[in-house]
Amino acid sequence: MRLRLATFALTALIAAGPAMAELVFPDLSYRTGPYAAGGTPFSDGYQDYFSLVNERDGGIGGVKARVIECETGYNTEKGVECYEATKGEGALIYQPLSTGITYQLIPKVSADEIPLHTMGYGRTSAANGEVFEWVFNYPANYWDAASVAIKYLSDENGGDLSDKKITLLYHNSAYGKEPIRTLEELADKHGYELTTIAVDHPGQEQKSQWLQIRRERPDYVLMWGWGVMNQVAVQEAANIRFPMENFIGNWWAGAEHDVTPAGAAADGYKSLNMNRIGDLPVFDDIKTYVHDKGMAAGDGSNVGKVLYTRGMYAAVLAVEAAKTAQEIHGTPDITAAMMRDGMEALEMTAAKMEALGVPGIGPEFSVSCADHGGSGQGIVQQWDADAGKWVALTDYIQPDSEVIAPLVEEDSMAYASENNIDLRCQ
Amino acid sequence: MPDQLLYGIEVMINGLMAGVLYALVALGFVLIFKASGIFNYAQGVLALFAALTLVGLQQGQVPFAHLINAIFGTEIHHFGWELPAIVAIVLTMGVMVLLAIVIEKFILKHLVNQEPIILFMATIGLAYFLEGFGDIMWGSDIKTLDVGLPQGGSIWIEEKTAALGGDGFYGFFIDRLDIVAALVAALLVISLTLFSQFSKQGRALRAVADDHQAALSVGISLRFIWVLVWSIAGFVALVAGIMWGAKSGVQFSLSLIALKALPVLMLGGFTSIPGAIVGGLIIGVGEKLFEFTIGPMVGGATENWFAYVLALVFLVFRPQGLFGEKIIERV
Repeated sequence: MRLRLATFALTALIAAGPAMAELVFPDLSYRTGPYAAGGTPFSDGYQDYFSLVNERDGGIGGVKARVIECETGYNTEKGVECYEATKGEGALIYQPLSTGITYQLIPKVSADEIPLHTMGYGRTSAANGEVFEWVFNYPANYWDAASVAIKYLSDENGGDLSDKKITLLYHNSAYGKEPIRTLEELADKHGYELTTIAVDHPGQEQKSQWLQIRRERPDYVLMWGWGVMNQVAVQEAANIRFPMENFIGNWWAGAEHDVTPAGAAADGYKSLNMNRIGDLPVFDDIKTYVHDKGMAAGDGSNVGKVLYTRGMYAAVLAVEAAKTAQEIHGTPDITAAMMRDGMEALEMTAAKMEALGVPGIGPEFSVSCADHGGSGQGIVQQWDADAGKWVALTDYIQPDSEVIAPLVEEDSMAYASENNIDLRCQ
Repeated sequence: MPDQLLYGIEVMINGLMAGVLYALVALGFVLIFKASGIFNYAQGVLALFAALTLVGLQQGQVPFAHLINAIFGTEIHHFGWELPAIVAIVLTMGVMVLLAIVIEKFILKHLVNQEPIILFMATIGLAYFLEGFGDIMWGSDIKTLDVGLPQGGSIWIEEKTAALGGDGFYGFFIDRLDIVAALVAALLVISLTLFSQFSKQGRALRAVADDHQAALSVGISLRFIWVLVWSIAGFVALVAGIMWGAKSGVQFSLSLIALKALPVLMLGGFTSIPGAIVGGLIIGVGEKLFEFTIGPMVGGATENWFAYVLALVFLVFRPQGLFGEKIIERV
């Protein structure tokens, strides 16, 4: 009896003892459904980097990172379910890779005080940290992207777009409609004629839209697409023999799988990118420490692809923010609130990126209490069908903050007013 | 002729072509509903599964490679050979027949005499199962489908028709893939009609469609007919998968093409093969012309919902659809 009691007491003691510390990073991924082709490489890159940090560096500041994957299927309701199911695990940051899910999570993360990072998507005016305490969208947002595209076209045309016709082909959703206001403002400034054409989800059939483009003969077509819409648009553009070099997708319409189904016909298609692509030194480490040990998040075939690199970049930024938070608070066991402090003090320099094995993966930028949006810079890349790879055409292009800053201010202040939010950072 | 009128004609022609593609999907629904009274929710997924299998076989992809690698730690992906398109199509057809046998043996056989809603629910389950099964079998990445189909507008037609209008008219645009799809659809309908009218199995199929009980009483095997009709629906799904997959690559949103078939079925009737074709053409032309004329005034992207509105308007006047059988139930 005494032995049994002793065993029971020992078991209870072990169970009640301090749990192994860990830093939790939920991954709201989508590896199934119509948008899986984009969600899978992003999630692979995101998870592989955390595995690398655990295996190579022993974790972040000596504390292991734990990734909890939850499948959303790019479905907003499922995304919210995933958030609710994982937030109690000690989640430090959420990256839902969906503008629809982002809009639903903004009030929730604000109430639960967990940072939300929507890198190059989501609510653009969340760049204003005075209003959106828990939401970050560095290094760039949709309005930056629209501005970068117009800046590029302006440079291509000697600074004069006044006699040009530009068409925006967009996914008929909150995501697709995001750049319209910016492009209208930029049209006023540069004098180009803007036409907008919507494509309904999923975008499998776009004959009407491309017949309209063929009739109206715009000089340039910009595309805000995602999923099958991208592949069909590239094929339809080729079908009507629209000059591919005048067709520019945003950074969610510029992955390898967006162009490969059209084969050689996609040659010359351009897109924006918020992260550079290419053979980064960190990929060797990922192979050695993660893939060779059988710990890859996927089958390993996506390493180096545009969206794998972007997912990995998202993880790099999360890890660096966590390290910054650890330094600020002097403890390796950070909370979500501390993580936010780390994100607000994040600084990405060329030297830091070089040291991390990701030289030039993104622009240099720093985050502050008021500025959650980063530098907003992006590059333009072009598809080389023969070589089967994207080629960077430009260095990082600065967005037109003269136009964008007032739009961010206006939209975020309207949100603050509607939700009775007191401004921070004053 | 005014350019705007010419462009209207161009939109109408392209609407007809798009309608043929919708009809190709709708045909599979009609075949199964006619023979077994089942509204096959899985028809779109069948098209996806067929296209995935075709590309996988053609490119020599090892089925279930991810699963095998995960379990055994291997790194196999491809056999190292590629099959000619025609061989891959024939083999895929074999897989679809096998699938029809499995569906009959494990699902339909156990649901004989059940309510239609039960059978419908079973096909919903089948759709989700096949979607996941296809994912595990062939992977979720987007695959390029190349069976030698032509792509792009016909330059010959453009040049020959450009003179019809003024400087603002660039000739009629007609996608060569759509022309091929129209020819294939016509061939398919003729073949199906000849098969059902003049072959023994076709007559048996029609007998089952007319009256299950009577067909059984004269010795027709219901199970064989179900396998036959699901095999034919699988073949139709393969054709639809090829045509749609050639446009977008083979990917999981292919299964959503079923959404385009629903208004076609509502309009054309669930039991008529000509109805599927005519319904497809009406929906195709209707939605494209609406988008061309009214779309710009209401912000565009009208096609998805307008197809259903058009079908609903028809339903008000002919609940059984244009060519569907009128069902009269006496109390």
